[in-house]
Amino acid sequence: MTWLLSGALFGLLAGTAIALAALFGVWWERKVAGRMQMRFGPQQAGPAGILQTLADTVKLVLKEDVTPDAADPRIFRMAPLLVFTPIAISLLLIPVATGWAPLDSSVGILLFLAVPSASVIGVLLGGWSSGNTFGTLGGLRGAAQMISYEIPRTLSVMALVVVAGSMRPAVVMGAWRWWWLPLFAVAFVIFLIASIAEMNRGPFDMPDAESELVAGYFADYTGIRWAIFMMSEYGGMLATGLFGAAVFLGGTNGIPGVLGALVLFVKAIAIVTAVVWIKWTFPRFRQDQLMKLAWKVLTPIALVQLLVAGAVAVLWLR
Amino acid sequence: MTRLESESGLEYLRRKLCSVYPDLCPLFSIEYADGVLLVPREALHGAAGNLKALGFERFGFVTAVDRGKYFELVYRLQSAEFGAGLFLKAEIPRDDAVSDTFTDLWPAADWHEREVYDMFGIVFTGHPDMRRILLPEDWVGYPLRKDYADDSVIPRPDYI
Amino acid sequence: MGAEVESTRPVVMEDGREVDELVVNIGPSHPSTHGVCRIIAHLDGEVVVTAEPVIGYLHRGIEKMAENRTYLQVVPLTDRLDYVGSMYANWAYCRAVERLAEIRVPERAEYLRVIVCELQRIASHMMGVGSSGADTGAATAFIWAFEVRERIVDLFDELCGSRLTYNYVRPGGVSMDLPEGWIEKCREVVKWAPDRLLELDSLFFGNYIAGERMKGVGVLSEADAVAWGASGPTARGSGVLFDIRKNDPYSVYPRLDFRIPVGENGDCFDRSRCKLLEAIESCHIIEQALDQIEPGPVMTPGLPRLLRPRAGDAYDHIESARGSLGVYLVSDGSPRPYRMKVRSPAFCNLQLLSKLAPGHTVSDLVVILGSLDPVFGEVDR
Repeated sequence: MTWLLSGALFGLLAGTAIALAALFGVWWERKVAGRMQMRFGPQQAGPAGILQTLADTVKLVLKEDVTPDAADPRIFRMAPLLVFTPIAISLLLIPVATGWAPLDSSVGILLFLAVPSASVIGVLLGGWSSGNTFGTLGGLRGAAQMISYEIPRTLSVMALVVVAGSMRPAVVMGAWRWWWLPLFAVAFVIFLIASIAEMNRGPFDMPDAESELVAGYFADYTGIRWAIFMMSEYGGMLATGLFGAAVFLGGTNGIPGVLGALVLFVKAIAIVTAVVWIKWTFPRFRQDQLMKLAWKVLTPIALVQLLVAGAVAVLWLR
Repeated sequence: MTRLESESGLEYLRRKLCSVYPDLCPLFSIEYADGVLLVPREALHGAAGNLKALGFERFGFVTAVDRGKYFELVYRLQSAEFGAGLFLKAEIPRDDAVSDTFTDLWPAADWHEREVYDMFGIVFTGHPDMRRILLPEDWVGYPLRKDYADDSVIPRPDYI
Repeated sequence: MGAEVESTRPVVMEDGREVDELVVNIGPSHPSTHGVCRIIAHLDGEVVVTAEPVIGYLHRGIEKMAENRTYLQVVPLTDRLDYVGSMYANWAYCRAVERLAEIRVPERAEYLRVIVCELQRIASHMMGVGSSGADTGAATAFIWAFEVRERIVDLFDELCGSRLTYNYVRPGGVSMDLPEGWIEKCREVVKWAPDRLLELDSLFFGNYIAGERMKGVGVLSEADAVAWGASGPTARGSGVLFDIRKNDPYSVYPRLDFRIPVGENGDCFDRSRCKLLEAIESCHIIEQALDQIEPGPVMTPGLPRLLRPRAGDAYDHIESARGSLGVYLVSDGSPRPYRMKVRSPAFCNLQLLSKLAPGHTVSDLVVILGSLDPVFGEVDR
């Protein structure tokens, strides 16, 4: 029975984490994007507009729950949760303080990379169950994109694992040395780009682009269901930020307790800001250019990086 | 033949036109600093071909004016060589409102001719896609004709 | 949103394959910022086989309305033709009236017309470049372009009280002289703008992804540009060096020194970049005009309220932001035009869509439409 209780507790924790991530993430993005565009961003709701996302969420919850006629109702309602849940779980795997992660596992890195790929199913089903041709096409494109970019993402993190010698995130964070920065700079960039593409964000948001003519896979979702898709996007962004900061940028740098967690969060927010910056600066890739980038550019470079890391591990460390 | 220092673009055009196409020469006139070539309807397409060969590579527009008893079809052609534009005009009888298409000479004429058909009812034979362009497909009547009337046209009082 | 599959039908392609062709209806209302345009696209998978624009959704019968109004009353109608560029739409009409009625415009009015027209050109090109940015997903480029446009529109607001439809250029001159301090503000804007525009250039056109999206897309050859009646940046992007301000100069342009940017490849990238470079040149033109302007009357003295031009016809054209905008007026001696025809460049350029789109994907179709920069007030009249 205790596993049921602990499972429920973790679920609650994950949900809260992702809600807070979305709350903060949306506000931060709107402020940063606003400043880049010579305007202020949200200002009215709360001090510096910090309650804006809360106000938006309340509005979304109060909206009418519309399911299109042509949609498959059960799958249509289930799809957002299928996208949301894996990302929420992955948030718990990240070590937020020295030597401690909410969900500590000896294969934590593998889980972190593998579990969110289940959200591909949610994207596919969400697109297909909307009942219109372009929703299906959008879902297929989104799924193809997410699957393709998992490979460079995984390979780049594997380079780190090879050098650190363990898959437990807390151990990898602890094993960080200053010379990891230049050694894994390429891997970090690949990880960042691949993660942005995983989240269907930034220059890789063709499947759900607004100004394009085709409907995206979540175009038929309104109100709270759309909010769930958005929360998974921002949850993913925070997960990328935290994970990247933890393993690539040194994480807590060995500082114990809350202070260490603070250091980690500052680094994570820097990565999140970079992700926001990239989205608002660049135009978006066309679908075929996107896929070419994943397979012809990122994957080979990630493989080379893995080779280099392996060479370093074998020749110098063992 | 090149342009002399002293002559304007239109005078150069007249000189060249008269030497290359002498039968078009009497139909050409310069009115108020604009060249006008008034040809009979049958000679329109031939004259346009000649003008294109002469150096009028740009198609400006085609439109019609409802002159009561007839339609006046007005073409505007532009030339970089002469540095001037030219009106090519023809009179189309009202009860036989057809003319030849220019789309084989200038692809640009396509939509312009559709618009003239839409607004005046002049059919261009040989046009690849002769149907209405601005108004819905099922519209009845040709609005820019002077005798067009429907519920939305209100005559303006004359006291202005 | 905005796109629906109308039908699929089996079709035999040119190379003998049998495919299921999707007929997709895009618009008339869709998220791209260009206005009401319906495009019927036949797709083979992702690739466009034919794309036909269907227009007329903004047709208001302006040419018919003009026949029922006096020459001065027609000016607000011309505002609403190319509503992104009211100043030069007014000007094209006024030039035709002045040619027909043989009115000489005072010099100060000509300078003012040039200044506001060039400012309008910058504002219109910011709209064009910004929408290219928005179409490809560069939202920040869109906002930066609109910042420049906003400052210009503020200038116009101070000048004639309106932000979009100005009714400023009237037959015989302009409607009112400059308010106090306007010249200094204008100088400030024109001095600040080129740096901003160059920044925008490096942000958007210098971006690798924008290059990937727009280079090689919708290529228009020079010969085709002339044969299809393209004008303005659409034609100049293909290398056609034709600008009415240089080839058939009017107003005080012969006294001003400026260059015409011309593209090489005729793709969407060159067309859009031409617009940006033209906007920078316009800043130089405005500076020179502000230096050269002298005090004087801004409207032909003694002009009757009810203009009664000679019976006859006249055509005059100007270089608008979209190309050569001309107005053909026919008069029968009465105070109202007998026929007004507007030769709108956007109408002529939009025909090119059915030529440029085949062979590209649907995402490219949006980008091509944006690069042709149609304003449907002008297309549909």
